[in-house]
Amino acid sequence: MHDVVSVRLQRTFLAVGHFAGFLWDTARSTRDVRTWLPLTMAQMLRVGVQSVPIALFIAAFTGIVLALLSSYVFTEAAPLYFVGTFVGKAMLIELSPVLVGLALAGRVGANIAAELGTMRVTEQVDALETLAYNPLSYLVVPRVVAATLMFPVVVALASAVGIASGWITAVNLLDLSNPEFEHGLRLFYRHKDIWFGLVKAMSFGLAIAAIGCVRGLSTRGGAEGVGRETTRAVVHGAEAILVLDAFWALVLL
Amino acid sequence: MPIVFHDVHKGFGTKKVLQGFSLEVPDGQTTVVIGYSGSGKSVALKHVVGLLDPDQGEVDVDGKVVHRLDAAGLTELRSSIGFVFQFAALFDSMTVRENILLGLKRRGLGTREMNDRVAESLALVDLEGVEERYPAELSGGMRKRVGIARAIALKPRYILYDEPTTGLDPVTASVINRLMVRTRERVGATSIVVTHDMRSAYTVGDRIAMLFRGAIRQVGSVEQIRRTHDPIVRQFIEGRPDASGEIDATAVEVTG
Repeated sequence: MHDVVSVRLQRTFLAVGHFAGFLWDTARSTRDVRTWLPLTMAQMLRVGVQSVPIALFIAAFTGIVLALLSSYVFTEAAPLYFVGTFVGKAMLIELSPVLVGLALAGRVGANIAAELGTMRVTEQVDALETLAYNPLSYLVVPRVVAATLMFPVVVALASAVGIASGWITAVNLLDLSNPEFEHGLRLFYRHKDIWFGLVKAMSFGLAIAAIGCVRGLSTRGGAEGVGRETTRAVVHGAEAILVLDAFWALVLL
Repeated sequence: MPIVFHDVHKGFGTKKVLQGFSLEVPDGQTTVVIGYSGSGKSVALKHVVGLLDPDQGEVDVDGKVVHRLDAAGLTELRSSIGFVFQFAALFDSMTVRENILLGLKRRGLGTREMNDRVAESLALVDLEGVEERYPAELSGGMRKRVGIARAIALKPRYILYDEPTTGLDPVTASVINRLMVRTRERVGATSIVVTHDMRSAYTVGDRIAMLFRGAIRQVGSVEQIRRTHDPIVRQFIEGRPDASGEIDATAVEVTG
């Protein structure tokens, strides 16, 4: 039992070390601006714009549930306008970044890992190198930069939609007026609520894209390998989000 | 010699693939490396462009040790080498034109020159008119020809072919062989061809080297290899299954 734990710990440390090395090499590859900059816009479209529908879908239903849940919890214990406070705070600082992040770990992380994994096993990555391109500059940096920049945008939109759906639910299904909800929303609002959520979203974007890339480029063994690494990218991406979520809560709250 | 393998050893995990592989590739000639599937021919080839680093030994190109080059040196080296992959390795999200242009853009050429090079290289492989097609819309033989066009568009000093006729029907394989000969005549590049197709080896090669158990078993001109008395090489070039089980390779004197 002890041996199994020690082997697992050793493997985890090795994997973290490998990932840190990969991030360092990727950071160094950003010097090759001529290669990655023209490719970044297309990735921003794929990673960001095409993720908006799923993010808004999640946020809209989360907002509805939050409004109903908070009214149930606060009944006779706190004024009903706290529904606005709860919906606003929860969406901005926690639920919007984390739920959207988890959904995008599947959508974006899997997409990147499968694409780069297929390129790896069909020797397209090798071909890129023989054409004198650095795969990190050409494949990794545009995806990581795009995800880091676009995740906050998607999360901001999701937060707005989540709050709006919670608001509409509160006004139409609960005994709450527009001014009461707004009062609750403003009650303990701090600007930090916004930037805290956005900083988290940036870190989630970076982690998901980097994990997708490292898994994809590590692919060996054909279609089975692509499937295996794609699954790993999603699982590791989700784990990274939860760990980073706790990290930011400890550091910034 | 422009390309020299010095006692190269390479393994993956516990499997030793190359075990003292040494070979000199003469300037302006086509050297064909033959050997059984999985014998390490492609592994050896990938050392030349730095896709793999040796565990021991070294590969020199123009007097430079490939695995000791820094990023800039490796980029410069790769600019002088065209690599034709076994399954073409075309970028499937790009058209034929974009595939060929990708390497040319790296060289900072003008638009007109790049377009001329695309047209020239496709004409050399008899594939005019497919510029806007995607790799998925091409047959296996056409994809290999685009792979060759992508390599020769760079006007490289060296061209490396990894199993260029594998998986093709005999007629298409002959077309590819003819293209390789034509490419050498027109481009004048020093080439290494890795194959287990003996017809291809005899057609395109100036010299043939056989890789066996991780090292060169025999190397010589096409005629020398055709007339070899080495049982291992004879068995391979005649395509005979080994009736006696396993030939004791160490007991045979290597000539050539």
